[in-house]
Amino acid sequence: MTFVSILYGLLFWAATLVLVVGVGRKIYFYATLPVPLKIPTTPAPVTQSGVVWRMFREVVFFQSLFRANKYTWLFAFMFHMALWLVLLRHTRYFMEIGPFLSFIQPFGKYASFVMLIGLAGLLGRRLLVDRVRYISAPSDFLMLALLIAIGLSGMMMTFVSHTDITMVKGFFRGLMTFDFHPLPASPILLVHLLLVAILMFIFPISKLMHAPGVFLSPTRNQVDNPREKRHISAWALELEQQNKTYLDELKQDEVKHG
Amino acid sequence: MADYEVPKLNGEGVIEIPKIKPDAMAGKGPYIAKPDFQKPLHFPTDFAAEEGGGYTLVPDWKEKALAKMDDLRHRYRSLQLYLDICVKCGACTDKCHYYLGTHDPKNMPVARQDLMRKVYRRYFTFAGKHFPKLVGAVDLTEEVIDDWYNYYHQCSQCRRCSVYCPYGIDTAEVSMAAREILDHIGRGSKYNNEIIGKVFKVGNNLGLPQPALADTLEGLEEDVEAATGIKVRFPLDEEGAEVLLVTPSADFFAEPHVDGLMGYAKVFHEAGISWTLSSYASEGANFGMFIGSYENMRRIALRIREAAIKLKVKRIVFGECGHAWRVAYSFLNTLAGPFDFLDPKYPVPQHILEVTWGLMQEGKLTLDKSKNDDKVLTFHDSCNVARGSRMGDKPGGQFEYPRNVIKAVCNHFVDMPADTIHDATYCCGGGGGLLTDDLMELRIKGAQPRMEALKYVTEQQGVTHMAAICAICKSQFTKVIPYYGFKMEQIVSVHQLVSNALVLTRQVSVQARPDEDDDDEDDGDDDA
Repeated sequence: MTFVSILYGLLFWAATLVLVVGVGRKIYFYATLPVPLKIPTTPAPVTQSGVVWRMFREVVFFQSLFRANKYTWLFAFMFHMALWLVLLRHTRYFMEIGPFLSFIQPFGKYASFVMLIGLAGLLGRRLLVDRVRYISAPSDFLMLALLIAIGLSGMMMTFVSHTDITMVKGFFRGLMTFDFHPLPASPILLVHLLLVAILMFIFPISKLMHAPGVFLSPTRNQVDNPREKRHISAWALELEQQNKTYLDELKQDEVKHG
Repeated sequence: MADYEVPKLNGEGVIEIPKIKPDAMAGKGPYIAKPDFQKPLHFPTDFAAEEGGGYTLVPDWKEKALAKMDDLRHRYRSLQLYLDICVKCGACTDKCHYYLGTHDPKNMPVARQDLMRKVYRRYFTFAGKHFPKLVGAVDLTEEVIDDWYNYYHQCSQCRRCSVYCPYGIDTAEVSMAAREILDHIGRGSKYNNEIIGKVFKVGNNLGLPQPALADTLEGLEEDVEAATGIKVRFPLDEEGAEVLLVTPSADFFAEPHVDGLMGYAKVFHEAGISWTLSSYASEGANFGMFIGSYENMRRIALRIREAAIKLKVKRIVFGECGHAWRVAYSFLNTLAGPFDFLDPKYPVPQHILEVTWGLMQEGKLTLDKSKNDDKVLTFHDSCNVARGSRMGDKPGGQFEYPRNVIKAVCNHFVDMPADTIHDATYCCGGGGGLLTDDLMELRIKGAQPRMEALKYVTEQQGVTHMAAICAICKSQFTKVIPYYGFKMEQIVSVHQLVSNALVLTRQVSVQARPDEDDDDEDDGDDDA
């Protein structure tokens, strides 16, 4: 057992903890924030099942983005869908390979190219389109660079310099049972894993929160039924019940936020 | 017409995406509301005029601004979420009419949000606190406040950007929050806040008191009688009427708004529906939404509830007004409900087009389409109606109802290019509390995308008139289209078209005054 293996073991436990707890807390925070008004972007579904269908089209096909810009849509769609395949392929490091996992292995393998092309396209837009360049902060470029580096280092191991994936599997399955197993001594693997850990650490405090966030977006997840069903938030109800016009007139002992 | 640089139209119907031109619209923004205008709205008044123009900010403005931002992000999930989850994909960057017309990159929706997002990140996020340069976070300074004031008053809150955002990020939510923060540090806009004060004091945006309103309505009754020979009533404060009509006060005398009001009156008359206006709630507009103030918006909305109770009506109907219909349709039940004292057979509230189209479908209106044969019509979807409300039972009814009514009363109708109608419609350029002369340059440039579309159908399909269902759209267009070579008479109200085509068969109003002598009319036998 090497020092590096133990260090990486601890790193991934911490990263997983930050990712799960951080994202979980953020989702809880968003979900419990009041939504005082009905603001779906209309035309909007008039039933809850309609909202589910709208959200499905949004997160699977990126419908709004498709209407907005075909290039951005194409590159974003390529990247995200390929990422799913690549992630699915990676589950083999955590579980036994069944018929489904073996079926998608080649798809996940070559999806990495699609993923990289998508990321390169997004980076190209960020650099070349004056409007997009104007709105980009250093972190927006770094995020793409991070994803590209993760993709490239992974592809290196798949297509150029193979690493001992049985050992990698042993390492991660070990972590799942709080047991240390060694990692192969491969610099590319260490780079790949380090970058993934960084991604996991920054996920809950970055724009990557768009992934869970979209499900909580009021303009997309609200049912268009304001005339049929009265919608009111707790803090607005407080104004009503205390018969006050302005929030600072509310009695002090009341909860500040609804 | 004052001299402004007017954009050239390309005649292709759709505007080209311009290269960014930083600071093209840098400036001071609209006139600032003095403390007297802030007071009735319950905003701080401890700031003062400065020598050489301008106003100070309130003491401790920075702490107060940040405290208000913190307060709002905990009251509105939209604000918190939208500040956090934008990935800067750029999908919205070419969707704002103000960006397209002015080329100023701070008018790109995401850049407009960023004005606040950068400050939010600096004070409320881990990355912004520790690595401000990396994530583009900035300190809150007076220059930043000036930028906010200027550019958050270059957003008409039309929500076109939210249609195209993959997460539905709505810049209107951010610009409303920004204005609410600004109102709390001595940076309210005079135009909006003075008007809201008038609503509280007099009952409507124009400051038209009850006697003047009664006079105006009487004048309209005389006008309609002179034109048709029939006493169509325009009742005010008539207790026991079935319908309370709430309409923007511009409908009382602005052109072409007033022709629309005559249309509503004729429809009610012909259908035998008794109705009334209220002098207490003589305003459909609710500028509380524009300034992002839930409290003031609710206070304005509650007048309608009180008027409905006092006048013992059974239904509430709204006239042609875009943001008023958003507040009415989407928010009224929240702000001033529940309306369990009204007739449950009808939705609360209803749009006048829902009433008129309903009557048309029931065959209760006799129409002579040829009365509008001198026109080829197109229709401008108002942003707040298109993207923030609905008509009828089905999604998209807000596009169908006005078109159905226009087609029922006009023989010639064509739509503008698809990228400029329905939920892709462009704002008129004057919505969201920007309909003030001190923003004239912005209003002219912001109208460019709509003007491109109008020019296209004018040249290609012979369109002569554009109908609208919003008081702000009508006022904005009549003022701005002359700059683009059109005539102000080309803007019409939808109910003006109805008014033209409606054949009045009912000789005596169901609300005819008892003291009125009906016998002096030549042919009118009482059939009511």
